[in-house]
Formats: sequence, C-alpha cells, structure tokens
Amino acid sequence: MVSVNTNGNSSALIQVRGLDKTYWRGGEQIDVLQGLNLDVDKGDFVAFMGPSGSGKTTLLNLLGGLDVPTSGAVSVAGDEITHMSRGRLTEWRARHVGFVFQMYNLVPVLTAYQNVELPLLLTRLSRSARREHVEAALAIVGLKDRAKHFPRQLSGGQEQRVSIARAIVSDPTFLLCDEPTGDLDRKSADEIMALIEELVDKHSKTVLMVTHDPVVAARAHTVLHLEKGVLVEASKPRENATAGGVA
Amino acid sequence: MKFRALIFSNLFRKKVRLLLTLGSFAVALFLFAFLAVVRDAFNRGGGIASANRLITINRVSIIQTIPLSYRDKIARLRGVQRVTFDNWFGGVYQEEKNFFPQFVIDPENQRQVYPELLVPDDQWNAFLKDRQGAIAGASTAKRFGWKVGDRIPIKTTLYGGDGAWEFNLDGIYHGQRKADDETQFWFQWDYFEERVPERLKGQVGWYTVKLDSPEDGLRVAKAIDAEFANSPYETKTDTESAFAASWVKQFGNIEFLILVIGSVVFFTLLLVTGNTMAISVRERTGELAILKAIGFKDGSILLFVLTEAMAIALFGGLLGLGLAMAAIPVLGSAMSGMLPNLILSKLMLAGGIGFALLVGAASGLLPGIGAMRLRVVDAFRRI
Repeated sequence: MVSVNTNGNSSALIQVRGLDKTYWRGGEQIDVLQGLNLDVDKGDFVAFMGPSGSGKTTLLNLLGGLDVPTSGAVSVAGDEITHMSRGRLTEWRARHVGFVFQMYNLVPVLTAYQNVELPLLLTRLSRSARREHVEAALAIVGLKDRAKHFPRQLSGGQEQRVSIARAIVSDPTFLLCDEPTGDLDRKSADEIMALIEELVDKHSKTVLMVTHDPVVAARAHTVLHLEKGVLVEASKPRENATAGGVA
Repeated sequence: MKFRALIFSNLFRKKVRLLLTLGSFAVALFLFAFLAVVRDAFNRGGGIASANRLITINRVSIIQTIPLSYRDKIARLRGVQRVTFDNWFGGVYQEEKNFFPQFVIDPENQRQVYPELLVPDDQWNAFLKDRQGAIAGASTAKRFGWKVGDRIPIKTTLYGGDGAWEFNLDGIYHGQRKADDETQFWFQWDYFEERVPERLKGQVGWYTVKLDSPEDGLRVAKAIDAEFANSPYETKTDTESAFAASWVKQFGNIEFLILVIGSVVFFTLLLVTGNTMAISVRERTGELAILKAIGFKDGSILLFVLTEAMAIALFGGLLGLGLAMAAIPVLGSAMSGMLPNLILSKLMLAGGIGFALLVGAASGLLPGIGAMRLRVVDAFRRI
C-alpha cells in the first residue's frame, strides 16, 4: 500500500519524510523537491509521472542513495540512509537497491553473463554460487541462451532484460527503474513491463519506476504525480491511463 | 581474481589505441634499457676495477710517457707486490672503422697483475717464445673471425714507419667475469721497443701496480708520486677505479646526458599514457557510474583504473625489454671496440619493469582519482 503525505509512524518498507532537494544554478535556487512524504510497502509497484524537471529522477536518486537530500529523511527497511557516509551508502546500495536505467548501461566489453555477475563480485559468494545466481536471473528474464553474447549482439529489449537481470541478481530489497522503456519500441516496452510485473507478482519485488508513458505507468499498482517538486495525487493506474487518453 | 574479466576486458576495448600505447611503452623501455647498458658500460671500469691495483701515469696527461726505469723504483716500495706496464699502440686493422684497443704489454708480469684475464698456459707459453706474438680478447677474435695461428697485420698511426706491423696470434684470452673487457689486443714489449723511433725507446704509457693489500692504496700512491716529484717525469697515481672514472670523464658528462634523455623519455611517456588513460576513463564515465551505483566503492574504481594503466605499462614494458634483450647483443657487436661489452643485467631488467610500472601508476593516478570522485548523479546527467 502506498501513502502520500503521511506524517505518522508506519511499518512501510520505504518511508520518506519531509524530503527537500534544492539546487543552485547560476545563483538561482531551484527547489526540486519540497517537503515530500511517502510510504511504500513491500511488494508495491509504484510509478512516478510528471513533466520534465518535476523531480522524478531526483526522487529516484534520493531513494536509491545516489544523491543526498537538502533536508528530510529516507528510511528503507529500518535503515535511515540520509546520514550515511558515502562509503556506507555504497555498501547499502549493493545490498538493497537494484537499478534499471533507460539506456541499460551495460558494460559493452563484458558478456551478458559477466554484466549480470557484476553485483555478485561484491559479495563473498563462491564462483559456482555466483554462476547459479546469474543463471537463475538470466532465466527469469528469458535470456539464459544469450549468456555469452555481448551487448552489441543483443537487441535493445534484450539489453534491458540483461540490465533487469543485473538488478535482481543480488536479490535487492527494491528496484528503481528510471524510464525502463524509454528507449524501446512499443512491443519491447510491453515485454519489459510484463517482466517487471512478473517480478512484482511472482517474485514479490518492490518496484519504484519513473516514466513519461501513461501506458507504461498503467501497469503499476499505484501512479504518483510529481509537479513542481510536490507529490500531488495518488491515482489508480486505470484512472490515470484513462486520464492520459489511453484506454 | 574475480575482477580479472572486468579489468582485462577494458584493456582490449580499443585495440588500435592499446597497440599504440603498448608501442609507446615498448619504445621507451627499449631506450631505457639501451641507456642503462651504455651507462653501465661507461661506469663499469670503476665497478670491475680491482681494489688492490693502482695506475701511475705522467702527471701532465696519460698521453705523455714515463720512463721504463721507474718500474724497479716502484717495485721496491713497501706494499707493492708486482708492477707491470702498458703502452697504447693505436693501430688500425684493415680499415679505420675496425677499432679495438691494442696494448704493448710486459709479458713478465701481465698475468700476475691481471689474473682475471685468462689465457690457456700453452697459448701463453707460445706467446712468450714468439717475438711477434699477440694475444687477442675473445670478443675481438670473434668479431674478426680470428683463430690461433692467424697472421694479423696492424698499421700504426702513432709510431711511424711504412706498412703494417705483422703479429702472430698465439692465444685468445677470456675474462673471468662477464663484465671483463675482452676487446684488447696485446703484444710483446720487445717487438715494440725494437721498431719504435729512438726518441720513444725506454718509455711506457702507464704502470699498473698490484698491492699487497688494498688498505695500502693511499699510502703507496703517495709514495710513488713522492718518489718522482720534481723529476722531468712527475707521476700521478690513482686507484684503478678512480682512473677508470677519470677516463670516462674524458667523454663528457655521460651520466648527465643519460639522465637528461631518460627524464625526457619518462615525462613524454607519462604525458602520452596519462592522456590516453584520461580519454579512456572519460569514455567510460557511464560505465564507471553504473559500477558505483551497484555498489563498487570509490577505492575499487581507483584500483581498476590503476591496474589497467599498470597492466598496459607492464605488457608494453616487457615487450620493450624483450626487444632490448634481442637487440643489445647485436648493437654490442656492432660497437665492439668502441665500448666495453653491453650487458643487460637482471637488475636493469628489474629496474625497467619498475620504471614501466611507475609510469603506468603515475599515468593512471589522475584519471583514477577523477573516476573515484565521480558522483553517480553527475555522471548520469552527462551521458
């Protein structure tokens, strides 16, 4: 269950309280996020929508520990991450966050297998244990037979699948997807969304996703709108999709 | 090493760039090795000089002679075990370019004073009995394809007379140590004395004095020079190593020249490889950012960049040193007679590898620190 603008105590997996993020550009103060509150439970699938510059990616970066807020707090599974040192935050990300980016961001000189294995290199798993995990992740995304392929030998959709396998291979607490279908055609986008839905429904993953696409957002359990740094509403996806003009 | 694939796959990302960078290291390390062996060749005289030998020359300069009569006076001094003498012949074998040092020697004391230069007894005995006899160093004999029994004509450039002096090659000497000079050509004092003009008779180039103990060196050197002070032929006596060092100085400040060339090579290589690494890291900003996002620490990123730079340096360095190992013996043969043996020692090879790794680490340091400090959000904003 997702709650917006909550201020009370909760047992939600992700708790955001009074989150502000301000940038200074050319002497001008830009308030990207203003006093944002949010609770996300385990197993939720949340889509963030909003116009460019509304703070969607900034919010995702703050939730993923890639950036630090100007003020406010983010807690994930009881860990308050906003005051962690850079080094501890890196360790925390390795344990708790799986990232999926619009441009896939695979390492081009590594095979699909090696790309998926990357997060496991930071663990103490043996080589054979790593192999089991990587093969399982590739099987989930349907690319077990492409393990030895390099990114240049894969289609965009397949590359994004590899990137999802990399995100889930270490079984993180939640996934952050920044425009995961933004660089794909509709068919590939549908396949990727089906895969994300499967991760949520079958594997009980918690997913927070940023998208511009109302059709993609409609696949989420909850759609949240960000406007000028404020979460303005939480809508049911079907309503949102309809509002966006898509049946 | 579980990060091997990550590090080494990056090496082969741009193959042409890799080859050019390896080539830069190979050429630089080849030059490093060559400079090191030339420096060693110039300085080796001091290194292999015996601690219990002194050299006495004319105080004015080594090209001025001193009387043969000094030999017995020197031999009588306390602490002197043996005395031998030499004269520079400066002849030409067939053509000017066939340079090698020829010495008129004192057969009576040569082997006792220079025990490290080995001549088989039968060859030495044949030499003693042969007024026109000669002994050649192994490398000179090899250079000209000489063998014992050959007749060697050498044209003098210093002592006048028509035609060449004819010598019978009675023996070939070898150095006991690898670094010993095997380029010399020795012949009999009696043959020399018989043929030089009257004004040059009874004159030697320098004396080599073998001491009872190295500790006597300073005292005996002072005693020799004091013995001939205020004579028409005053002397200057030094240890063999000091003599070798002053000999090298005649060629100019070789050490400084090598240092300057070496420094230029070092900094040029540093700039070239530093720039290459900076470009390589900049091209991978997005990948480095994703590594950081998924949990690779700043230190690991720095380590990857440094390891990559040092791996390139190591492979390029090994290539250059391998080339040097193959080429230096050939260059050494080509320069035989002009320089002592060119020896690429294990220490020089180790120094070369250390040099390559140092340049590699230095070239990777700044780009590595840049990658280490990279903020993930900034990197994603840029790509």
